[in-house]
Order: sequence, then structure tokens, then C-alpha cells
Amino acid sequence: MTLADIRTRLDGLEGRTYWRSLEELADTDEFRAYVHREFPEQASEFRDPAGRRDFLKLMGASIALAGVSACTRQPVERIVPYVRQPEEIVPGRPLFYATSMPQGGFGHPLLAENHMGRPTKLEGNPEHPASLGATDIFGQASVLTLYDPDRSRTVIGRGEVRTWGTFVAAITAAVNTQRALKGQGLRLLTEPITSPSLVDQIRTLLAGLPEAKWHQWDPVYGVRQGGAPTTTAIYRFDKADVILSLDADFLGFGPGAVRYTKDFSSRRRMGTPQDALNRLYTVEPVPTITGANADHRLALKARDVQAFAAAVATDVGVTGAGGGALSAEAGKWIAPLAADLAAHKGRSAVVAGDHQPASVHALARAMNEALRNVGATVTYTAPVAASPADGARSIADLVGDMKAGKVDLLIILGGNPVFTAPADLGFTAALAKVTTAVHLGLYHDETAELCHWHIPEAHFLESWGDVRAFDGTVSLVQPLIAPIYDGHPAIEILATMNGAPGQPAMDLVKAYWTTAFAGTSTPAWTLRNSNGQPFANADTFWRHALHDGFIASTSALLAAPGASAPAGPAPAPPAAAASNAGLEIVFRPDPHILDGRFINNGWLQELPKPLSKLTWDNVAYLSVRTAARLGVANEDVIDVKYGGASARVPVWVMPGTADDVVAVHFGYGRRRTGRVGTDLGVDTFPLRTSAAPWFGSGAEVTRTGDTHELASTQNHFAMEGRHPVRVVTADEFRKNAKAIADLGHNRPPDALSLYDPKVHENTGHKWGMAIDLNSCTGCGVCVAACVAENNIPVVGKAQVKRSREMHWIRVDTYFEGDPAQPEGTYHQPVPCQQCENAPCETVCPVAATVHSAEGLNDMVYNRCVGTRYCSNNCPYKVRRFNFLLYSDFTTPELYAQRNPDVTIRSRGVMEKCTYCVQRINHARVDAKTTGQALKDGDIKTACQQVCPADAIVFGDLNDPTSQVTKLKQTDRNYGLLEDLGTRPRTSYLGVVRNPNEALKS
Amino acid sequence: MSQLFSPRANAWARSSLAAVLTFGVILGWLVFALMRSSWATKQNEFVEQPIQFSHAHHVGGVGLDCRYCHTSVETSAFAGIPPTNTCMNCHSQLWTNAPILEPVRASFRNNTNLMWIRVNDLPDFVYFNHQIHVKQGVGCDTCHGPVDKMPLMYQAQSLLMEWCIDCHRAPEKYIRPRAEVFNPNYKIPANQIEAGLALKKAYNIADARHMTSCSVCHR
Repeated sequence: MTLADIRTRLDGLEGRTYWRSLEELADTDEFRAYVHREFPEQASEFRDPAGRRDFLKLMGASIALAGVSACTRQPVERIVPYVRQPEEIVPGRPLFYATSMPQGGFGHPLLAENHMGRPTKLEGNPEHPASLGATDIFGQASVLTLYDPDRSRTVIGRGEVRTWGTFVAAITAAVNTQRALKGQGLRLLTEPITSPSLVDQIRTLLAGLPEAKWHQWDPVYGVRQGGAPTTTAIYRFDKADVILSLDADFLGFGPGAVRYTKDFSSRRRMGTPQDALNRLYTVEPVPTITGANADHRLALKARDVQAFAAAVATDVGVTGAGGGALSAEAGKWIAPLAADLAAHKGRSAVVAGDHQPASVHALARAMNEALRNVGATVTYTAPVAASPADGARSIADLVGDMKAGKVDLLIILGGNPVFTAPADLGFTAALAKVTTAVHLGLYHDETAELCHWHIPEAHFLESWGDVRAFDGTVSLVQPLIAPIYDGHPAIEILATMNGAPGQPAMDLVKAYWTTAFAGTSTPAWTLRNSNGQPFANADTFWRHALHDGFIASTSALLAAPGASAPAGPAPAPPAAAASNAGLEIVFRPDPHILDGRFINNGWLQELPKPLSKLTWDNVAYLSVRTAARLGVANEDVIDVKYGGASARVPVWVMPGTADDVVAVHFGYGRRRTGRVGTDLGVDTFPLRTSAAPWFGSGAEVTRTGDTHELASTQNHFAMEGRHPVRVVTADEFRKNAKAIADLGHNRPPDALSLYDPKVHENTGHKWGMAIDLNSCTGCGVCVAACVAENNIPVVGKAQVKRSREMHWIRVDTYFEGDPAQPEGTYHQPVPCQQCENAPCETVCPVAATVHSAEGLNDMVYNRCVGTRYCSNNCPYKVRRFNFLLYSDFTTPELYAQRNPDVTIRSRGVMEKCTYCVQRINHARVDAKTTGQALKDGDIKTACQQVCPADAIVFGDLNDPTSQVTKLKQTDRNYGLLEDLGTRPRTSYLGVVRNPNEALKS
Repeated sequence: MSQLFSPRANAWARSSLAAVLTFGVILGWLVFALMRSSWATKQNEFVEQPIQFSHAHHVGGVGLDCRYCHTSVETSAFAGIPPTNTCMNCHSQLWTNAPILEPVRASFRNNTNLMWIRVNDLPDFVYFNHQIHVKQGVGCDTCHGPVDKMPLMYQAQSLLMEWCIDCHRAPEKYIRPRAEVFNPNYKIPANQIEAGLALKKAYNIADARHMTSCSVCHR
């Protein structure tokens, strides 16, 4: 089916049309058969070589034995008490400690749940300004990396297993040699660093060795094309009415994404039709979460963003913005957009993306200044990262020195430059010329393999340290467990090099901060407690800071409110590419694997990537038109040629990609990794050069004729277009408060039901949930949190391909309009709806799924015999069946990660969401024990707690004052497939978009 | 050709059918009986522990309160097994040379854990919570039996689900005043049902529909 056919079909349909995938739009017979199939592929077939007769024989024996198996005696179980029990530990009750996850140098504040010394689940730190209680997906998944059995476990020196002591002796000797040479031959290669104590150690080292050099490289967070901006912008989206994003994915990516999502979504609540909504314009080459939430989205080549920004800047009154050619479609945007921004002076924000050059950042700043936003919605501060180097230039200088034979001792603290360094530099070849290379890393990876020494790094949950959040707030990293695999944090290596071996990291960090507190060093801030009073002594300060997890008053925003760091000289816009011929190549880190650092994390692999819903692979995005022109479709392998290199990448036709753009994701194709990440995806780093780390012109794409199977969950569990997601515009909603209700069929009268009405009369609590589709950004962190909380297994690519992923909550994505240029993208998280008239319950032959007295649709694993009737009868397709033994019962390292409050399911058992019933039970028991009634907000489901948009609200429907009750009374509330009469307890608040009428026509 | 089956064959056929049926019923009954037998449930079985610890001596004789050792019974799902340190509170002064206590001293000396064997072992898909049972007036000995008279610990009840449900359906049959929960010598009053119903009301114990919801114990 061609694009023209699809368009004809779309034109024939009335009203707004929503679709999940191109296959659905094309509506082929194949797709229909797929949707109509009762069970996922191959569930009802028997294809094993053993014949049907053998199968029946085996089954007969199994049934006979199944009865007998109930009579077995339980195996002996041991109880192991402490010898000396730590005072604060109560067996059976978790403890929570504040800590921070460093990523790309920035801190992501966390609250870690610890069960008798085992960290099991990470939550956001509710008091920290960068988290406010939420995390991103990496915060959820990093606890799995802690227990990863494939992490490196021993010091390796020149191919042999060594001890830490041997390494300390070797490094001390090497540094002493360098001391005589003033450090001429010493080079330090780190990831971007904001940690004050680590920077202090590095500065001390460099002070003693003045000719040594410090380089930084991070392929995701530390690279800017065309120079790094001299200042960092921090936004207040809660104060912005109109936002323009210039290729900035501020909601989906980066150290500030969680806080930005909190702020942004707080302006999308629309409790009553009269409430104001913000408006977001996005201009970007590749569809992102931010673009999906835009009221207006323009797909533009990355190189054209500069010209677009210049045109808007000129219109809002910036002089000397320059210009450039713009397409007719982009041209139409300028005047209405500039007028809208100008009409909201001081209440708008222009955001430039990290993938755009410094000149675009300068234009964004000029616009914000012209619009008087600086100090109101935007603050410009000195960069939060210490010694902000332009990563590409920094590593190029290093490789230059390495090639020249100037490097005797190279210390690589974190990162995997052999895999990730720009292809044009030849890092691997240069590394061979280094006399001694030391690598500190979590894994024995490609870089470790080629270095003389490899030191296992301590995971952040095993380390002491400090780190700054995106706004500069100093956050402390405290360990939740002793190093499982004998790892060491970077600061211990630096202390060793500074002549203080054997100093534990805790002493180093504590000494740094208590010295800073004592005033003997000169920190740029004054440390005070939350009452604004100075601390009594160093120890009280330290305990207070550890308890909170951060040192309040260190935020860059507080340092000088309103004032801004001066803008440097305006950088020249990048020279236009010699030719605009060919396709534009755009590089993006894989949304979940990043540069490959999480490739061995099964949770992140299986979490469907935003919008494409792909798992376990990296792809090249092409727009619908470009794919049609090249004659390729999903799963076709293309040969991408750029800068003299080429890579064979599978195609994903992604509606919303700019035309003539090939968006390549990097991070896959790792050569040395663990059991999860081996043989996955393709390595696209050979295409990425230091001159064009994010985009470049002149890529060539050819069909290879090969195909590569991809596992996308986008078509799984489809509900056949029965108005699952309801969208209106703000104007429509203001004119007609029932606009959302009118979009669907009404709930049938209760009198028509054959169900016993008593089933849904709950005298005590009556649990319910409301999910606000307008604030939901579709980031998918609810899925990650559910996996971590509920011990959900990883099934692998082959099983995902068969629609057998086990996630209890999924985020459905719907596109609207022409696939070549979708008008909107909407997300809908779908957990179990906890129907009052639950269709699953009536068909279960063994009563393994029944209603609880509080309205939960309970799932009893030990009763389930695996008929799967319930999942067949579920209109929402939220039940998941363990077709095979997915839970890992054999890897002892992973035992400790599991949540002890949730059963680990075995093969042949159905499972599903129960509103985190373990949390409900704990809270109810505690309330009864203390004699106090449960308050609204005492119980938070895992998905609700982690949601940065606060889109999920859970609570008691019998409590008229609870937030969920109030939400369900608003006009935006509707039930999914309500016309079926299932009376779902989970309901949705419809989407209200706020388009600019001037731009619509 | 003569008849293949004699008239007697009918009787054989009928009786063999009956035999198969009877055999099936007997087999079913056997399986059911075995499942509920104390062999499968381990009820009343003495368990060999690393130390021959006597509850009869410590509770019945010395008169220690249950909570002296099982410290978290009122605050956590798990009642708690005392750390070696708790044993040594007394045994650093008493019976300091008794050979029977050598494993305890060795544990304390070498910082090695004692490995007790769980006596009251519920299946892993059951989430029992001590905290709420103690709070709602379920006495220790209601489930654990006459601990003060057990020289070696054994499982006093079957721990079958029907046993749990029996109380969850009608807790008034078993509950006692909160003050008596830890009293091993508590005498069940003659008017238990009446007193139980009063306590059920006073302690705000949920009705049977709530208490028999699956997710109360299974999740």
C-alpha cells in the first residue's frame, strides 16, 4: 500500500483519526489477522518436533503427577539471624537512604529502598529540587546494573589477575616517575565531572604535576557540535506560558528532564475548562518526547534549525540574528510564532537543544533577553560542570598527544573511549603508543581490553561521593551496600595518585565537605541548615546533609537570583555545508542504552523506546516520504555512507522524522559485553566524527536487500481504534465542557448488567486510579518502576517479537493525521483497569482471579493453572502470561535485587497489575497498628510515585476529599472502552491541546 | 464359530468398571488424605536445631517475655530471630562453660551466624504479617501452641489454608484482649464467642469479606 492510498483512506474517514502504526493504517489482511488472533503468535500452535501423540502422553503423565506434587513436603528453610544486629534494622521493614546517581557528570537524586542491606528499588528524593520525588528510567534501572553478574570483579594488570595492593604500588611508582617530569607524560581522561570533591583531588594532582593534562569525553552528555556554549541555561517551565524548543528534548533527556517535566506538566492540568494551558512549539529533526507533547511541531533538518531560530529572533526584535533559507512550510511558522512569543514577554521561554551548535544557543539567549524572560523563566549561570571542555576537541587533543608519543601514563576514569571516541581520531591505534594505560570501569569492556591495567569501578550504590544536580545543587552519594565485586570509586584512585593510598572514599568526601564547612577552604557559598542557621559543628552538618541527600542553598539558582552569567561573544554560525546534497545524517544516543553503557541491562533493553516502541535493537529513522523515495520499509537494512565510513543499519520508518534525514542511533553493536548485550544491534560509531558528532550533510543511503528482524511492541495489545485516546482543543473544551465525554460511547445503564451489583460496593476503601493523558509525556518510566517494584522478568527479543513481554503497564502511542506529517502524538499508559464487572473473573475455571473487598481485581498465582481464558476475555489486553520460565531462578547475584514483598512468578502463571497491592497492604497494616486512618497519599503505586509528570493518581474513591475522587469528577474524565460495561476503576483524563489559531490555518 | 464372550463376560466387564471407579475414588481419597496428613504439613514434628534451645526452659521456666527475643513481632511482618548478641546478654554471665552453648559462643567469637531451621514455614506465596495479628488480639500460642511447654520447638498447627481461613472468617472464635496476647497461660473464657465479638468491634477488625480477600495474604 502506498502513501497515496493511505491518504485516500484517511480522507474517507470522518472526524479525527488516530493510529498506532503504519501497518494499522494500511489495514492489510495480515494486520487484521494479527489483531484478531486470540493469543500472541504461536501460543496456540504446537510446532515441536515431537508429535501430537507424544505430547498427549507427556501431558497425561504431567496431569497425573500434578495432583501428587501438591503432597510434597516443603524443603527445609533456614533463618539466619545477625550476630550483632544493627540497631536501626528491623527485619521485614525496609530502610530508605538518600543518595544520587551520577550520569554524564550530573546528579540524579534518589531515595534508595534497602531491605536488610540489599538495595532493591530506587525512588526519587522528594525534597531535592532536581527530583521532587520522581526519577528517570536510568534511575529505575540502575539497581539492576548494581547486581549485574557480568560486571568486572578483579583488578587486571597486563592480562593477569592482580590485587588492589599491586595496582597501588604500580600507580604510585608511575606517578613518582612523572613527578620528576612535572607530569609531562600524564594524561587524565574522565567523563564530565561536577563532583566538588573529585575536582578538588584532580586540581591537587594537577597542581603538583603542572604539565599533566585533564581531558574529558562523554559521547552523550559531553559533546557539542561547533563549540560549547559559555553559559548554562536553567529553565522554570512552571512560569512559562509559551515555550519554543529548538531541537531540545528537555522533557525526555538530560539531567534536568525530571524537574522540567514536573514544571511543564503542572501547566497542563486543566482542572476546569477555564484554566490556562501553556503552549509548546517544537522544531526538531527527529521525533522526541518533547516533540510528542508539542501543540505545534515542525520537522526540520538539524542544520536548518539555525536559520529558523534566526528568523524568529529577527521577528522578536533581535538585531543581527543573521538569516538563511527556509522552506515554505517553515516560513509560515515565523510570524505567528514570533507574535505569540512577543505577546508573552517575561512568560515565555526559548530552549536550544544540546545537539545544536553554540550559535543557536546564543540566538536562544538573545531571544530570551529580548523577550525579558531572563530572570523570569530562564536563568543563565556559569556552567555547572567543572572545567567544561568541549568533549570532541578535548579528546582530539589527547589523541594527538598519544599519537605523538607524549603520553606515558593515561588514566581513564570511567567511559569506554575505545568504543565511543570519534571515528576520525583513531583512538584505538593511538592507545597502542601509550606506555601505561589504566582503565577504571564497571565492565571489562573494549577499552579495558586494550589498557594495561583495569580496575573494577564501584557502582554508585557502593560508593561515597558527591555530585551536582542540573541546577548546581550539591547532592551526596552514599553507599547502600559494600562493593559486591571489589570495586573502587574514582576518588580513591586519585587519592592514591596524590600520595594518600588507602584512604576510604567516605573519609575523602567527608573531609572535603567538613573542611569546606569549617571555612578553611573557600567555597563560593555559605552552608546553613534548613532554618537558615549555621550548623553547630561539622558533624551535625554532615549528618544533616547525608540525611537530606543534598546541601540546600548550593543551587546555582539561589546563588544570585535573577542575575545571569554574562554571555560570551556571539559565536559565528557554523559554515554552511559545502553542499546540501544527499541526506542529512543525525546522530542520537539510543534512548535507553545511551552510548552502550547500559547494554547489559535487561530492563532497559526490554523497555519499549519512546515512540518507536522498539526493544533490543538500534535503528535508523527515516521519514515516511524519504523511505518511500528510497524504496525501503521497516526492517530493511540500509547501507549508510558518511565521511568515508559505512554502516549497515535496519530502518524504522518513524512518522515525524524530517524529510531527507537519516537519524542513526548509536550505542549498540558492542564487541565486549555481558550475557545480555552480546550480539545486539549494529555499531554506528564508525560514522560519527569529531566534526559532526550530532549532524552532518551528505550522507548516502543505499538499499542492501537484507532484512533484520525488529521487535517493536507498538502493535501489541491493540484495541482496534475504539476511541482509546480522546483529544480536543482548548477552544473546543471551553465551548463545550462535555467535548471529551461526547467523543466516546456512553456507559450502558447498570440495570442491563448481569453482574451482582454488590461486587462493586466497597464498604471500606475503594481503590481507584486516574491517569491524566494531558500531563503524561510518554517517557515510559512508569513501566521501568513497575518492573523494579514487581519483580517483572525480562523475556528477550524473540519473546517480545511474539508479543510476550511481561510489562504490567504499557504506554500506548497514537499518532494523528497524515503519516508523512502527523499532527499530533498522544500517549496512554495502560495498566490493569481493575474493572468492577471484570470479564476476566467470570471465565476463570479455578477462581484464580477474583475481586477483593476493596475493589481490586486480585490475581492469585498459586491458584492459576494457566488456561489463559482471562487474558482472552480482557478487552484491555493487560494480562501477561508466563509462557516460559522467564524469571531468573538460577543466577544467585540477582536474588538480592528482588522485592521481597512480591512473589516471583514461575512458568504457566498469569500475572497482572494489582495497584501495587503489597504497598496497600503495608500501609493498611501500619495504619491499623497505629490506630490512625489512612490518609490520601499514604499509598502510592510504583508508577505513580515515579511519574515525573504526576499524571498517575491513585487513591480511595470512598474518600470524597481524595485527589483521585476529585479528578474523576472533572469534565476530562472518561473510561477506556466504557461502552463495554466493564466499569473500569482506572479512568483517563482526556487530552486538551492548545494550538495557535494563527498557525493552524 | 463359538461365541467369543461367554455370558459371564458381562459380569466381568461390569465389575471391572466398578473396580476402576472404586480405585479412582480410593486414589483420590489417598492423595487428599496425604496432602492433609501431618507428614505433608510437618505438624507436630520436632525439628533438630543447631542448638538444643528449649522454649520450655526460657519461657515456662525462666518466664521470659516472647518479645525479649522476638523483638520485631509488634512492628514488622517478621517476628525476628534474636541475634547471637541477645543470647550472650545472659550467657556471658550464666552457664558460661556449658558445652551445650558452645555454638553460641563460637558464633559470638568468630562473628559467624547461627543457622536456625524454620519451624513454622509458610509457602513463599503467602505473606503472613505478625504485626497486625498481634495488634488485633491473636495470642502467640493460638498459632504457635504451648511454646512454654515445648522443650524442642515444633509446628503446632497444620498451617493449611483452611486453618487460616477458619479464623479469618470468624476471628471471634480465637481473639483475646491485647494485654493477654503474650501470656502463655491465658485461659480461653467460657463465653469466648461473646467476648470475641466485643473485641472484634473494639479492635475494628474487618469483616469476613475483607479478611478473606485473596490479596490480603497472596500477592
